[in-house]
Amino acid sequence: MTVLLAIGTRKGLWLARSDDRRTWTVGEPHLLAQEVAAVCVDTRRPRPRILAGIQYGHWGPSVVRSDDLGGSWQETESGAIRFPEDTAAALARVWQLRPDTADRPDVVWAGCEPHSLWRSIDGGCSFSLVRGLWDHPHRPTWEPGAGGGAVHTVLPDPGTDRVTVAMSTGGVYVSEDGATGWTPRNRGISAVFLPDPPEYGQCVHKVAVDAGDPARMYAQNHFGVFRTDDGGGSWTSIAEGLPADFGFPIAASPSTPGTAWVVPLVADMQRVPPDGRLRVHRTRDAGGTWTEVGEGLPDAAWTTVLRDAFCVDDVDPTGLYLGTRDGCVYASADEGDTFTLVADHLPDVLAVRAVRLP
Amino acid sequence: MTVQVVLPGALADLAGGTRHVDVEVDPGGSTLADLLDALAARHPTLGRRIRDETGRVRRFVNVYVDGEDVRWQGGPGTAVRDGATVQVLPSVAGG
Repeated sequence: MTVLLAIGTRKGLWLARSDDRRTWTVGEPHLLAQEVAAVCVDTRRPRPRILAGIQYGHWGPSVVRSDDLGGSWQETESGAIRFPEDTAAALARVWQLRPDTADRPDVVWAGCEPHSLWRSIDGGCSFSLVRGLWDHPHRPTWEPGAGGGAVHTVLPDPGTDRVTVAMSTGGVYVSEDGATGWTPRNRGISAVFLPDPPEYGQCVHKVAVDAGDPARMYAQNHFGVFRTDDGGGSWTSIAEGLPADFGFPIAASPSTPGTAWVVPLVADMQRVPPDGRLRVHRTRDAGGTWTEVGEGLPDAAWTTVLRDAFCVDDVDPTGLYLGTRDGCVYASADEGDTFTLVADHLPDVLAVRAVRLP
Repeated sequence: MTVQVVLPGALADLAGGTRHVDVEVDPGGSTLADLLDALAARHPTLGRRIRDETGRVRRFVNVYVDGEDVRWQGGPGTAVRDGATVQVLPSVAGG
């Protein structure tokens, strides 16, 4: 078994491989000097396809793809993501690229800035704007967070037409009809920057789905960690037991119900690990209790793990992957108990994704 | 009429490997926007590097018509004469 780890950074993409998830071979940079804020590896195809949402710096954002694991890169000539003329909008950044489920093999979702959701039915070569969300009456009031206003999380449900998105800000919205109609589902999620708990407008940093029940989801919020058991109908705090309730990523096990991980940071005004100790916190009971794990992660690490710089693989036991803004990447082959260093001295890590190569 | 577009080296590959592109523009359309439309029709990816999908020149791209920065001229409506030289340059930005 070979695991491929794609590492998107502020200045390029690196691909690392491992047969045991403890020792890694890191290749030469791809897309050097270009920001890679979103990356995915679509293993549903006969040959895995890497999709990368890049920013050329001076020359604007784009989506590029490789069907030979980085040997060559292609770009749709007219642009894979292009706002229709009537929107008078322009793509600012691709924040999320998410292959749909195995039974929808050509469908890929993209979450972008400005707040927008896109769907491809040709494997990511071209995307169409999801009008239901773009035309939502709430959209003009979704404010940009510090990084920009974006759909950064897209969660298609494997068994139904449900699609869940999360935005900073905006919060969680759910469609039950394949992305046509959308309703906010933020009840119980705090918004400390607003005077009253709103229906929408929360700054939800990341959402992950439980392995056992697609209606159970976990959210790392801009202050607060929450769980829903009813598809977002209501959320309850599961932050008790964590050293801090701020942070960006959250990940759930793809195979073990009730298991999820967060990477706490002190606060929004102090985006560093508590006491400088970079650690992962794991729950085995859907947020009832948390345990600090992460032997091998550094102390005196005054850095940040961004929302997509943390992911899991689908190997048993689950592997965890974590990248920092100071260019270090760590991997765990034992569900977070221990980590080994994959790479260091990279540019700021923006996104990591790990897959088992066929 | 014919206008010569001078590209930075970073964009030459998108124009077939040359930094100098002669673009034919309908004499009826003689603005920078018309010129960039014609350039994008020949080289769509190059067109996207210079302008976003609303037609705005990207923030960190500078365009000069006969040596004059179009931001201080007419923007996309800047007049372009037959035989003009239009230079595309990346601004001082990045890190």
